[in-house]
Amino acid sequence: MSGSSVAAAPAPASGVETMTYREALRLAMRQEMERDERVFVMGEEVGLFDGSYKVTAGLMDEFGPDRVRDTPISEEGFVGAGVGAAMLGERPIVEIMTLNFLLVAMDQVVNHAAKIGAMFGGEVRCPLVIRTPNGAGNQLTAQHSQSFDGWFAGTPGLKVVAPANPADAKGLLKAAIRDDDPVLVIENLPIYKEKGEVDLDPDLVAPIGRAAVAREGSDLTVVAHSFATVRALKVAEKLAAEKGVSLEVVDLRSLRPLDVETIAASVAKTSRVLCVEEGWPSYGVTAEIAARIQHACFDDLDAPVERLGMAEVPLPYAKELELAAMPTEDRIERAALQVLELVR
Amino acid sequence: MAVIDRTDAPFDLDVGDFYDQYRMMFLIRRFEEAAERQYKAARIGGYCHLSSGQEAATVGAVSALAEDDLLITGYRCHGFALARGVPPEAVMAELFGRAHGCAHGRGGSMHLLDVSRGYYGGWGIVAGQLPIATGMALSLVRQGKEQAVLCELGDGAVNMGAWHESLNLAAVWNLPVVFMVVNNLYGMGTSVDRASAEPDIFKRAGAYRIEGERVDGDDLEEVEWATARLLRAAREERKPAVLEALTYRYRGHSVADAGLAYRTRDEIDERRLQDPLVRTRESLEARGVPPEGLDALEAEVEAEVEAAVVYAEGDAAPSVDQLAAGVYAAGSEEQFERMRPGSPAGEEELVFAGGLGR
Repeated sequence: MSGSSVAAAPAPASGVETMTYREALRLAMRQEMERDERVFVMGEEVGLFDGSYKVTAGLMDEFGPDRVRDTPISEEGFVGAGVGAAMLGERPIVEIMTLNFLLVAMDQVVNHAAKIGAMFGGEVRCPLVIRTPNGAGNQLTAQHSQSFDGWFAGTPGLKVVAPANPADAKGLLKAAIRDDDPVLVIENLPIYKEKGEVDLDPDLVAPIGRAAVAREGSDLTVVAHSFATVRALKVAEKLAAEKGVSLEVVDLRSLRPLDVETIAASVAKTSRVLCVEEGWPSYGVTAEIAARIQHACFDDLDAPVERLGMAEVPLPYAKELELAAMPTEDRIERAALQVLELVR
Repeated sequence: MAVIDRTDAPFDLDVGDFYDQYRMMFLIRRFEEAAERQYKAARIGGYCHLSSGQEAATVGAVSALAEDDLLITGYRCHGFALARGVPPEAVMAELFGRAHGCAHGRGGSMHLLDVSRGYYGGWGIVAGQLPIATGMALSLVRQGKEQAVLCELGDGAVNMGAWHESLNLAAVWNLPVVFMVVNNLYGMGTSVDRASAEPDIFKRAGAYRIEGERVDGDDLEEVEWATARLLRAAREERKPAVLEALTYRYRGHSVADAGLAYRTRDEIDERRLQDPLVRTRESLEARGVPPEGLDALEAEVEAEVEAAVVYAEGDAAPSVDQLAAGVYAAGSEEQFERMRPGSPAGEEELVFAGGLGR
């Protein structure tokens, strides 16, 4: 890939700022667009409308309609266009309004983007980024509340990251943009407004393929990603305060590649593990994690690996039903206490 | 704009029909206003896409359906459900997520339906309903029925692959389906001109050698006549068609969108001058309907909408015990029995205990 189109690095910003997850994603895109002219954004309503969830707000004004490109409602078309542009060395960031709509473009993602490196013998690469939020809990009902993270993470040729806080949102999106392979960045609707400290350094990227111990503990490991991590951290604080129970929370950050080493080290320490996800557990992310743990940690386990996810129903509209289906903090707490054999 | 030859109208509307249609248009307007208020009061959640301004297109098209014709729509569907005769109480209760909503509180604003009235649902993925409409039409043909399917979609849906595939299938198989494009000029915040290389959407029908027609979607009679004619050709001659109704939505894409980032207030105000409700009322008065009668009708409709809100407020929430109801057909329980041992917490408690297939 030609390096000639890479612009001179801007004067490095420094320091740490508190910002929302949404602002951190925008900062990552702005920095990478300043750094590399090959980077451009396209998707529905990303420009004039400032983004369906305002992640790209202001970017069209700053970079113009060529680099922040509004698309018709044509997911298969513009995801595929991203694949083609990436094959010729561009660095497209394709925004999909929600993960649910990425299903319309599934063929381009799974059958095309993911295959390019291998199928053509490494002759051509596809440095494409697809950014899209998942997330349930706002009564968006069956067709708009799904988490298919596991489907994509089960696809060789794709990389999948799912940041749970603003710092990782910036770091992982930047890593995805610089990566030479197609990377799906799974964002999350409820976290968009969450605030956190973000290092402004434009050269700081978070490595893809590394989990983080988001909270240290000794009694039980909770493995989670995306919004489930946020929930798990709250439960950990509550159980520490109310029951003197110490939860360690491993935030996966990257689903493919998966950092089994960090998970296994935590389970070796605590001997008990609960895997949580927002998606359906059957054949899901937690299914994969559980399989890895039983293999890597067979002798360490004091209890069966437990999993918690969305009830296995298309999500209903009524608030009461939706709440009953979701892996809420109450349900994570109860599942954690079950694994600890503190409740039946 | 296609010039409608009114002498070619397939039937004569009598004033009584026209009066009922005006009543329905007015009901839809007031219903949407109530829905917006209730959404802002947090009694309605999720997405809520209002159709204020589109009443003539909605009522005109639905009026043209025969009783046994079928209807399927996108997610801006409150007006279509009401026009097809779904009681306002059942629609409002659905918006409130209540047990006696038309989808039992499980679908919400985007997924209204009433199978007893041939309304096969509001669908939430843009253009997802088009292939389904095509299949419904195929079924009518296979069953030898002289019925048609009216498939509503927005202008934003015509750049999806499903549009092309559905029109082509309908044409090569001669299926009785009319694809009605409600062109309100904006797909979310993107104008038709920015999204579509051929913004005269009805012309695209020519690529499939089927009839395409554009009407003034704010003219009730024009919409009804064109829809009736195309549905009749679908029913009797198995000719699919595209009908484009030009209209305007006054509100944003959904209640969460102020609707001003991509168009001006002046533009909206200008469109309000041609309000389909005003036009229709004027037309009724010109036919000799006394204004007092129309005023009385409006008061009556307002009370009806208020009663729907009261009904929805008083209706019970769906039972949490029934979380898994409907996911699988009755009789599937046994098939899942052996999946239970060691199942994860989410499944164990909520699927198996929740009652499959009820």
